Amino acid sequence: MTIALRQVTKKYGREFALKEVDLHLEKGKIYGLVGPNGSGKSTALKMMTGLVFPDGGDVTLNGINVTRKTTADVAYLTELDMFYESFTVQETVDFVASQFANFNKNKANELINQLKLDPKKKVKSLSKGNRGRLKLVTALARDAEVILLDEPFSGLDPMVREATVKSLLQYVQLDKQILVIATHEINEIEPLLDQVIALYYGDIIGKEDVEVLREEHGTSVLEWFKNIVHQKEEGAL
Amino acid sequence: MSKEFQSSKPIYMQIVDSIVIDILQNKQKPAEKLPSVREMAVKMGVNPNTIQRAYGELERMNVVETRRGQGTFVLDNATLLDELKTSMQKEIIENYVEQMLEIGVSNKDMIEQLQNYLEGCE
Repeated sequence: MTIALRQVTKKYGREFALKEVDLHLEKGKIYGLVGPNGSGKSTALKMMTGLVFPDGGDVTLNGINVTRKTTADVAYLTELDMFYESFTVQETVDFVASQFANFNKNKANELINQLKLDPKKKVKSLSKGNRGRLKLVTALARDAEVILLDEPFSGLDPMVREATVKSLLQYVQLDKQILVIATHEINEIEPLLDQVIALYYGDIIGKEDVEVLREEHGTSVLEWFKNIVHQKEEGAL
Repeated sequence: MSKEFQSSKPIYMQIVDSIVIDILQNKQKPAEKLPSVREMAVKMGVNPNTIQRAYGELERMNVVETRRGQGTFVLDNATLLDELKTSMQKEIIENYVEQMLEIGVSNKDMIEQLQNYLEGCE
């Protein structure tokens, strides 16, 4: 499995969400897409799953252009929270299972157990942390070769974050999957990443191996990111 | 609990250190199996590729060996563990001395202060 963005441009009104972006992702790796709010992270993810299409350039999965149908093969966790309030946890899972052929119900049940969700509880009575967990269940239970997570930790307390990270590590199958995590909470995900890609207002301003950053430059991802953003801003002034 | 990592050192090296420390403290016993890559990844909250790399490094150091289809085992190698212990001590001492020199403490004062500190601890 490979994902490729070639000279991808996307504009919302006059603003560039992405500007001539080239990116190549392959299986076996966990990628971090980092950048401030509004830097184009979500747009990039939506393009990989066929929810948004480029104004210029092309996005391909295994060499095939992404279409609306690509959503069937890509597990995508949105930053938004969209569940039917009157459904129970179990009904929500059953509903998602009915929408995606690659949904693995056994895996979903294991995840519900592991994340200590009550299957009988109604969505409307779930805490924010539990809604976050449920979202993760619906994304990770799919046997998809591509998993895209948009801000999977936002608004979750440290305990839930840790449980989330653990489920993620337990269920990711790096021999066949690509995992992309978009977030501005860089420190949280650093130990999870193989590679980090820094976006800054529509541009890719850096791409590095996390361990190379530490080994050869003696810096963490956050320090590296602050540095290149600083350089970029200095250059722009 | 997930581990906290220092920012300037590769994560895989920090995992190597923590496993070596576990072996030195006898928490991880000689000739026994290490957790699988996946279990260790979940335990530490770290990318499985990083754990794989740490295990590879431990194998290169002759601390562990991987047996096909069985997993990774700690080797019963007392000499090597002694060496590792010494090199770890050296690293800690180097850091200590470097930091003391940085704040202008002389070698003599360093020894004296360490002595005082240890006496105070007793």
